[in-house]
Amino acid sequence: MELYELTIHELQDKLRTGETSSAEITASVFGRIDAVEKDIHAYITLMRETALAEATRADEAIRKGEIGALTGIPIALKDICCTKDVRTTCGSRILHNFIPPYDATVVEKLRAAGAVLTGKTNMDEFAMGSSTESSFFGATRNPWDLTRIPGGSSGGSSAAVAAGECIASLGSDTGGSIRQPAALCGVVGLKPTYGRVSRFGLIAFASSLDQIGPFTKDVEDCAILMNVIAGYDPRESTSVPEDVPDYRQFLRRGIEGWTVGIPKEYFIDGIDPEVEAAVRETIRVVEKAGAKCIEVSLPHTEYCLAVYYIVAPAEACSNLARYDGVKYGFRSEEGRDLMEMYKKSRAAGFGAEVKRRIMIGTYALSSGYYDAYYKKASQVRALIKRDFDEAFAKCDVILTPTTPTPAFRIGEKTGDPMQMYLSDIFTISTNLAGIPGISVPCGFTAAGLPIGVQFLAGHFQEGRLIQFASAYEKEAHLEKRRPRCHGI
Amino acid sequence: MENIKISQNEVNHVAHLARLEFGEQEKEKFTSQLNDILRYMDKLSEVDTAGVEPMTHAIAQKNAFRMDEVVGSLPPELALANAPESRGGCFQVPKVIE
Repeated sequence: MELYELTIHELQDKLRTGETSSAEITASVFGRIDAVEKDIHAYITLMRETALAEATRADEAIRKGEIGALTGIPIALKDICCTKDVRTTCGSRILHNFIPPYDATVVEKLRAAGAVLTGKTNMDEFAMGSSTESSFFGATRNPWDLTRIPGGSSGGSSAAVAAGECIASLGSDTGGSIRQPAALCGVVGLKPTYGRVSRFGLIAFASSLDQIGPFTKDVEDCAILMNVIAGYDPRESTSVPEDVPDYRQFLRRGIEGWTVGIPKEYFIDGIDPEVEAAVRETIRVVEKAGAKCIEVSLPHTEYCLAVYYIVAPAEACSNLARYDGVKYGFRSEEGRDLMEMYKKSRAAGFGAEVKRRIMIGTYALSSGYYDAYYKKASQVRALIKRDFDEAFAKCDVILTPTTPTPAFRIGEKTGDPMQMYLSDIFTISTNLAGIPGISVPCGFTAAGLPIGVQFLAGHFQEGRLIQFASAYEKEAHLEKRRPRCHGI
Repeated sequence: MENIKISQNEVNHVAHLARLEFGEQEKEKFTSQLNDILRYMDKLSEVDTAGVEPMTHAIAQKNAFRMDEVVGSLPPELALANAPESRGGCFQVPKVIE
């Protein structure tokens, strides 16, 4: 096996014994990037020179015995996390030349842990999308089938892990943007509890929904990354001062006697039959591992999409008001006065989906409509959260499909916004309620496309998710496959 | 209630509030797509929300303050470094007042 194919924990074993070095691992990853990136297009900006320098420093640290949680491991970052002196675009023309003067908190944490940063990955513009097709810099392709999307909005981060173009990566999730691409690319993706990971330096889409989280090849790597990025940040006012456990302690503990809730509203017509079959198989697998599955109800599930598509655009239109051509980013030269400059800069700088959501949000918050839309949606949101509170009184985790279908073809859903929005139906409720969720691979379609299963737990129960997911992973014995991307 | 949720006039008004502008064809397509989306939102009127407190944050935090002490902040040169145009330590923009 090539070094770029291994997990963080496997590479750490080899680094500790001296069998390999960070320089070798980083060279292996960049060799893989050189082979497949022209077909996958997972990255917007590569950080090759700084990565090689970081790898050299990591090897010195390892020689001295100063081994941090991620020393020498190549990690990629969704281009929504500010990286000091490295272009950060958010997938948008309006930030195409933005060079942040500071690192996001998660970036500081990765650096302090000794990680080697490989580059900034592709994404739907301003994280608004489920396919990565709306990126100003062009689409990313699914490593398992280059005619298909990798999911979104964190499509680049997900595809990069699946294709071996990094060992692990960070993405962000507002309505499913980690979990959905993780499922479609056959990797593990976790959205933490709201407030678990600092949003300082995360370019904001919807402030009450956004969370940063890891993409990894297995659940153990997920625990390793969560140990690094989770934690209270006094610079971020929604960061929760909750202790961070060692998430690795939850691996290999088993789930004997656990109760698993299967929400009846999530098994609807319109789920691809192969996805449904794979998820029903996971129910069988967790029962074999000693868990008991019961039916639960989340009665307001059918309203989640409508709530999300009022709340998220409303918050987004406020967050995106700062992109006005004044302080940074794209400015139109055609404005004769300030108002024209604002309008022309924003009209030319933003893509269609972003404009659509700004318009919806502005409308929903405008005078005369606020009560009917935003207030109503916020009330239904409280009921959605209550559904989960009541369900978790009866079960330890909830199990659902991650997505209704496997990866669809590039261009298939771009004509109809509502069709695209429907790919998030199983993930959206999680962000509205603020609870954590993880997607793990659970099989493949007959055509060889990955399928993901999603586990949900209560606030700050990431440990429980890791325990459940690792027990499932062990019991499932899924066949290890490699995506057939062009190149080696 | 008629099927049209938002007219082209309202689209113009909202665009102005959002500091956006659209070409005619773009505006027609947007108006139609916005109508589809807003019609879908009507589903929410099915839900009885009498007496339900609106929830804007999943985890309620109060008063995330820090001590009133001077700590470092972004120096002016860095704050201006990405400016399309700047002058005299300020962001420069087209004329605001006639």
